[in-house]
Amino acid sequence: MTARELFVGRSVPRLEDRPLLTGQGRFAADISFPGQWTMRVVRSTVAHGKIQSIDAHAALALPGVHAVWTAADVAHIPPIPFRLTGLKQLEPYCQPVLAKDVVRYVGEPVAVVFAEDAYLAEDAADLVDVSIERLDATLLATDDPRVFAHEQDRLSTEASVLQKSYGDVDAAFRDAHAVVALELGIGRHSGVPLETRGAIARYDAARDVLELHGAAKVPHWNRDTLARMLGRARESVQLYEGHVGGGFGIRGEIYPEDVLVCAAALAFSRPVKWIEDRREHLIAANHSREQTHRVRAAIDAQGHILGIHDEFFHDNGAYMRTHAATVPDLAAAMLPGPYRVPAYRATGHIRLTNKTPCGTYRAPGRYESTFVRERLLDAIAAKVGVDKVEIRQRNLIGKSAMPYALGLDTLGTHIVYDSGDYALLLDKALQLAGWEALQGELRRRRTAGELVGAGLAIFVEKSGLGPFDTVKIEAKSDGSIEVITGVASIGQGIETAIAQICADGLGVDYRTIKVIHGQTDCIDKGMGAFASRVTVMCGEATRMAAVKLREQLLRLAAELMQTSADLLTVRQGRILRADSSPGPSMLFAELARQHLLSAEATFESSHMVYPYGVHIAVARVDAETGGVTIERYAIAYDVGRAVNPRLVEGQIAGGLAQGLGGALLEEFLYDEAGEPLSVSFADYLMPTAREVPKLAILVTEDAPSPLNTLGLKGAGEGGANPVGAAIASAIDDALGCPGAVTRLPVTPQRLKALLAVR
Amino acid sequence: MTDKTNITLTINGREHAIAVEPRRTLADAIREDCGQTGTHIGCEHGVCGACTVLVDGEPVRSCLMFAAQAHGKQIRTVEGLASGDTLHPMQQAFMDHHGLQCGFCTPGFLMLAVGVIEREPDIGDEELLDVLSSNLCRCTGYQNIIKAVRAAAKEMRAR
Repeated sequence: MTARELFVGRSVPRLEDRPLLTGQGRFAADISFPGQWTMRVVRSTVAHGKIQSIDAHAALALPGVHAVWTAADVAHIPPIPFRLTGLKQLEPYCQPVLAKDVVRYVGEPVAVVFAEDAYLAEDAADLVDVSIERLDATLLATDDPRVFAHEQDRLSTEASVLQKSYGDVDAAFRDAHAVVALELGIGRHSGVPLETRGAIARYDAARDVLELHGAAKVPHWNRDTLARMLGRARESVQLYEGHVGGGFGIRGEIYPEDVLVCAAALAFSRPVKWIEDRREHLIAANHSREQTHRVRAAIDAQGHILGIHDEFFHDNGAYMRTHAATVPDLAAAMLPGPYRVPAYRATGHIRLTNKTPCGTYRAPGRYESTFVRERLLDAIAAKVGVDKVEIRQRNLIGKSAMPYALGLDTLGTHIVYDSGDYALLLDKALQLAGWEALQGELRRRRTAGELVGAGLAIFVEKSGLGPFDTVKIEAKSDGSIEVITGVASIGQGIETAIAQICADGLGVDYRTIKVIHGQTDCIDKGMGAFASRVTVMCGEATRMAAVKLREQLLRLAAELMQTSADLLTVRQGRILRADSSPGPSMLFAELARQHLLSAEATFESSHMVYPYGVHIAVARVDAETGGVTIERYAIAYDVGRAVNPRLVEGQIAGGLAQGLGGALLEEFLYDEAGEPLSVSFADYLMPTAREVPKLAILVTEDAPSPLNTLGLKGAGEGGANPVGAAIASAIDDALGCPGAVTRLPVTPQRLKALLAVR
Repeated sequence: MTDKTNITLTINGREHAIAVEPRRTLADAIREDCGQTGTHIGCEHGVCGACTVLVDGEPVRSCLMFAAQAHGKQIRTVEGLASGDTLHPMQQAFMDHHGLQCGFCTPGFLMLAVGVIEREPDIGDEELLDVLSSNLCRCTGYQNIIKAVRAAAKEMRAR
């Protein structure tokens, strides 16, 4: 930084809050245009079947119903393509925007109704008569592969098998003192933001521009893709992000409904609005996480890991959506985590089932493989007969090994842990949780008959995915600053964090800075908000652009003040002599009134940055009900540099709640015919204020990233990543049965079963 | 089912004369017919509480009440909390304690909390936790919401 840091590192209040607190937010459902029609989706009620007929006569007869579309009406639109990790062999599994001939999951769009308002559209959708001949449904990804698709194209339920490996795994197992083997399952759950999805399309004939409102996450990629799918020039499609009611990976990807509203706005020259209801959300928006792992570790007599072999089955549901192989790829690539694993092989079976298609959810692949790895570490500890802290200390990668090239690739990058002192953070976390005293206290309580225990999990996260981000900074004539970026806000507070970085780069107050994001007509390129990338990529680009603008400013001011730019600085919006000696000074705003001031910078990065953390959970089990209470929780997380510590802590606390949901409560269940059973908040249970534990958070900055100037690493996913692992470890301890928990979520039914065999 | 009835909704002291179908929910009427979009709809099952408003001082899930049932009653929504530029103590506390991230559940939490604290200024921590567990938030993990409501309760008692 060239200016003094006044804002980076401080927990300043958020710039986003006032409109959100006063009811002035602009979420998707808040956007309406005169003359708009409402779209309602008719969804398959059958998990797998052949469409015999779709009869829309009764629906069309209702006054105010304008049209009903089926696959034939959108035959010119290709299936939705991949955004990330798009393997060629997965392409036949892409989802069409409306089912043609075959339906593959309950909730699949088979028709859409366009009507005057939402009530009428729902009435009409109920009247569309869809006749489907049932076929056998595939529901388990661990079953042997079978023919998945309709007869004509002989697709297998095994879409692909991914392999990742390094080192001599066979030799490691041959030479092992012992082998530890586990079969572990992670339940199907997902992000479930409080705002359901929504999309409002409008065609502006005067400008020949198709507008899509309610965009989120990756507006630029979606603009380019929608333009291609609809056969339009990229420049004639614009996406507008308003407020976004939570993202978590699932919101903002292109779904069939986004394409359908756009196609309809073009076809009918009418604004078309679609707002998802909660039932639809729970059966139609991306699910995630469902995997079964068969993992083995070769160890020596002291419990040092010699090699790990993991074979896993990834249930991707009925189609490959925009994330393609991203989740299983990350699961395989991030499994080794913070430990020295000399030889490693993962084989991931990417399987299709007749359930809702899957995508990423906060810490995708890592929630899963951290659970697997940390269960394995607990099992090794039990096998060797050492404490579970000790076994981890023996295996952690040392600080001196940094940067540490893992020997694996993911998301088009080589995995190189950029910096870290894992053992130091483990010590700090143990101290934070009062681990020693806690052990004594838990022993006493167990002796008194309580089922209580503590568990821990250590993990490496990834963040700051490139390849680039561009930022433009403009000084407005009133002296305010506009930062324009192609990233997006999903509620995480980026306007504040980016403004803090810009403020320090320029030497102005962060409150004078407005951050414009998610508007494709304001900046031509942008990568959006995913993979905990925004603060890292956009943050560094912002810093670079701010420094440029500041230099520009000082040059201009130096001329006016008849001095040298080297002698000047900017403080609190005023340009003055850096040595504080008396002399002329001028307001930044005065310069901005007289000159067009702007700067642009692009930060490119071919490597991700790797934050890391430790979670410690204390669980109490109720033997009567099978219920688990998380009494206390401690999280230590090293983010390299925290731009706004309170926002980082907010990310961690929110991630924990979601991780806890996946560990104890949340699961999308199906009956044997593939009928979804978790279709409302009454049967898909998310944590409330009651279930969330007392939480101690320690954000550390011991290992700044060497890959960007501020040392930033992303903070979005470390709260969620190891929660399943830590809670499983704590439940084992409470039950006095190492290795008892093999499957998440640990629902009361599953826990009662564990108690019965204890 | 499309026969409409004339009703008057009094929202934050202002009367809105509207015509609604009997089946129209209060949430939809507030948002679509009266243009007050600060009240959000998260589930339409009465579980998430994002649509919570105060009807004659009581927190109500506006997705579970018909608009016609609120005819003639005093409705308060998030838009009515601040006076001019001055935030209500509950809003200010949410800002001070980072009690919101995406902000979608926030109006519901604000109205729930304001309704409860106005009625029971001295509510105990455990009871307050029970009340707050009736709404869902997916971003914050709740701790900061609880802190904010406790701080605002103190402030509201002092007034």
